[in-house]
Amino acid sequence: MSLPSQTFTITRADLVKYAEASGDHNPIHQDEEVARSVGLPGVIAHGMYTMALAARAVEAWFPGAEVVSLGCKFTNPVVVPRDGGVTIEVGGESKGTDDGLTTVALTVTCDGQKVLGMPKAVVRG
Amino acid sequence: MPVDQSLVGRVFPPTRPHTVTEEGLREFAAATGGEYAGRAPATYSIVLAFEAMNAFLESEQVDLFRIVHGEQKFAYERPILAGDELTATLTVAALRQIAGNDIITTSSEITDAAGELVCTANATLVHRGAA
Repeated sequence: MSLPSQTFTITRADLVKYAEASGDHNPIHQDEEVARSVGLPGVIAHGMYTMALAARAVEAWFPGAEVVSLGCKFTNPVVVPRDGGVTIEVGGESKGTDDGLTTVALTVTCDGQKVLGMPKAVVRG
Repeated sequence: MPVDQSLVGRVFPPTRPHTVTEEGLREFAAATGGEYAGRAPATYSIVLAFEAMNAFLESEQVDLFRIVHGEQKFAYERPILAGDELTATLTVAALRQIAGNDIITTSSEITDAAGELVCTANATLVHRGAA
């Protein structure tokens, strides 16, 4: 069963706030020069921030449900411009329920390109 | 400088106990645009796992800015709640080199004050070698 897609916008200010909350102060998420020095195309979002947005989509699809597992690969960086922001789209496909656990295959894209590899969540209830 | 191969299988000391507060959960939820709903957001465990990864990287003198996240998985035994006192213990599960980068696979077990497993956080870190 296909779940309605959700979109989220990521700005540089979001990354500053996320760094504070998560404790991940890696400068590649704040500083253009540092990011380019290690071969990245620019400031990139924390992979965990993108994953947190995917988790929000799961929460919206299954209100009140407990997330039992959540995982993905970070296959393409989400480049966040200095001005404005970048939009990601989270789609989902419920793969059915077994023993009270529902598996959800996610699709997370930015400009039509997948940014997470095989993102998957399992929820209870 | 490549990461030392002898690290595979090494268990690092547990992080100092982290008390989960409602305020901390609200702050984390707000930072990801969500709302606190009585338990920790699904990716909250990264706060614990990241502290363990940071301690590991510091002890191996790996620069954080050379690290990108390759893969992450959380498997929960139970939800994290305000009042939990948690520690993370990191094990280096695997290490390989691809195209001048180190691919470091870690597994952090997050346990509560009673020593019960709450969440296993498996992370693959990509250490980008100096060009």
